[in-house]
Amino acid sequence: MSFKLMDWIEQRLPLMEAINKHVTQYPAPKNFNFWYVFGILASVVLVNQLLTGVWLTMNYEPSGEGAFASVEYIMRDVDYGWLLRYMHSTGASAFFVVIYMHMFRGMMYGSYQKPRELLWLFGMLIFLVLMAEAFMGYLLPWGNMSYWGAQVIISIFGAIPIIGDDLTLWIRGDYVISGATLNRFFALHVIALPLVLVVLVFLHILALHEVGSNNPDGTNIKKPKGSVAPEELSKFAFHEQYTKKYDIVDAIPFHPYYTVKDLVAIVIFLIIFCGVMFFAPEGGGYFIEAPNFEPANGLKTPEHIAPVWYFGPFYTILRIIPDKLLGAVGMFGAIIALFMLPWCDRGVVKSIRYRCTAHTVNLVQFAICFIILGVLGTLPASPLNNMIGVVASFGYFGFFVAIWIYSKNEKTKPVPDRVTGK
Amino acid sequence: MKKFIIAILAVLPMLALAAGPSIQLDEANNDLRDKASLKRGFEAFIDNCLACHQLQYQRYNRTFADLGISDEDGLANYMYTGEKVGDHITNTMPAKDAAKWFGGAPPDLTLEARFRSPDWIYTYLRSFYVDESRPFGVNNKVFKDVGMPHVLQNLQGVKTIDEHGNLSEATGGSMTTEEYDTFVRDITNFLEYTGEPNKLERESLGYWVIGFLFILLFFAYLLKKEYWRDVH
Repeated sequence: MSFKLMDWIEQRLPLMEAINKHVTQYPAPKNFNFWYVFGILASVVLVNQLLTGVWLTMNYEPSGEGAFASVEYIMRDVDYGWLLRYMHSTGASAFFVVIYMHMFRGMMYGSYQKPRELLWLFGMLIFLVLMAEAFMGYLLPWGNMSYWGAQVIISIFGAIPIIGDDLTLWIRGDYVISGATLNRFFALHVIALPLVLVVLVFLHILALHEVGSNNPDGTNIKKPKGSVAPEELSKFAFHEQYTKKYDIVDAIPFHPYYTVKDLVAIVIFLIIFCGVMFFAPEGGGYFIEAPNFEPANGLKTPEHIAPVWYFGPFYTILRIIPDKLLGAVGMFGAIIALFMLPWCDRGVVKSIRYRCTAHTVNLVQFAICFIILGVLGTLPASPLNNMIGVVASFGYFGFFVAIWIYSKNEKTKPVPDRVTGK
Repeated sequence: MKKFIIAILAVLPMLALAAGPSIQLDEANNDLRDKASLKRGFEAFIDNCLACHQLQYQRYNRTFADLGISDEDGLANYMYTGEKVGDHITNTMPAKDAAKWFGGAPPDLTLEARFRSPDWIYTYLRSFYVDESRPFGVNNKVFKDVGMPHVLQNLQGVKTIDEHGNLSEATGGSMTTEEYDTFVRDITNFLEYTGEPNKLERESLGYWVIGFLFILLFFAYLLKKEYWRDVH
């Protein structure tokens, strides 16, 4: 009976076919390391945000008069409302932690290089939409930092010549941040952007499965058909979509091997996540900031307006450039530079393991500068902080310039034909 | 991986920049598990604070339930102005008039402990001093030129400030310094409670959830190991 039902469905919708192709018979390199868990962790956090978001929406009131009180209503009067809210607020910060790690993984092992440029671009679009999603969600509790943070960020668009002022007015729907702004941010935060995000994640995974996963050695696990001796072939069964064109080596099916491995990673992640959520949900004032326990007040600015920590690096670049327009250009330029990475890097060797020493130095200095910029973003501006910020910004943009230069005639180490399993 | 850790370590000293100059706060050392203290703090709040400061997000019956007070007792002993037990803890002071009287409407205190910190409240209530230049004759070391009068002056007495900014011992109050500190600690404790009534439940649930996750981790690890025996 159930078999008949499955057949009936299969003839109308190739469900098992899709599962085989993308899960149980998808060839994944067998040498994924620690850095390869952040993709699945990002998916876990995404699901967490979607589900808790739906339940929060049931009791949240998107209006200037009611928003703040409705959040406190969720925290006090809704059964386990506090848990839903903390899952969502901790999830927002966790999302950026795992996304930044995921992006850095891609940079270390050259996962943006040919043929994975489009995969990288989809990822960057996800990052961009995620920042918009987080920014709009941040306004919803209608705390004083939400309010003034939004005021500052939206005013950046005012730096655009000619249309700037009209543009900020159009975004806010009012002359200042108001209930009208809150309403549209709510609509975008709960419907428009999540929809775009889910579609982009779908495309990201589809693009990944088309070109196949990279691995820490940056080797190709798909060899030309007939070039591999039969005893060297991977002994697992893969979908014919992959095997009809290539000989697959060093691969294992995504399920069950990586599903059980990822399960371990997910549980470890959840232990850390729950540690923060249950014992320090304010994240030391970085995940939920103290001024947000005061309702939005257009007449009273918080002592020190700072963006949430995950915007820190880009905010610092904005702030250290004295001219407002150039600052905005610098900030968006920092993101555009990431988009352009597949074309900045002219190298053919992917993994940091087999590239030149200059590349290792460059990548490490980039990571350090990124973290410094992030820390500075949460601190008040001062001459010393600005000076450090300028140096770190040069490090940030310098990464892209340097890689473009040395990758042309790079002295690389020999790349092994097969994965090393390290 | 090793390089990454080195990179992180290189950045750590940056965090030292985060500590800016601020007023030294005394530690409140309050204990949310101490129900007697919470009850005393609740009582003190009703008697001394509620006339001006609301707890507009906190309900009476929720407070009664969490502090171990029956609704009947609560109605008789804590509620003076004819509200229902399910009502929020509010007053009837018109915000507009209050703003005129004090230079700004007295803030709601439900979330004060999360906005400022319990230590801040504890220190603030013990840091009023005589300053004849202010409308109410007092100023505050923690909150300069605050609009609030020293409501607890009868209990604490008055302090003076010397040219180095040090406060004297309080004189002329009905309480000793220790009694007053305990009194303020109770109020602080109560306000930390109203800031997040679920805090204790949150933490105790956390131990169970994380305990479960560790057990799950053990089995997940065994499962992974078993499956990966096939992979060479």
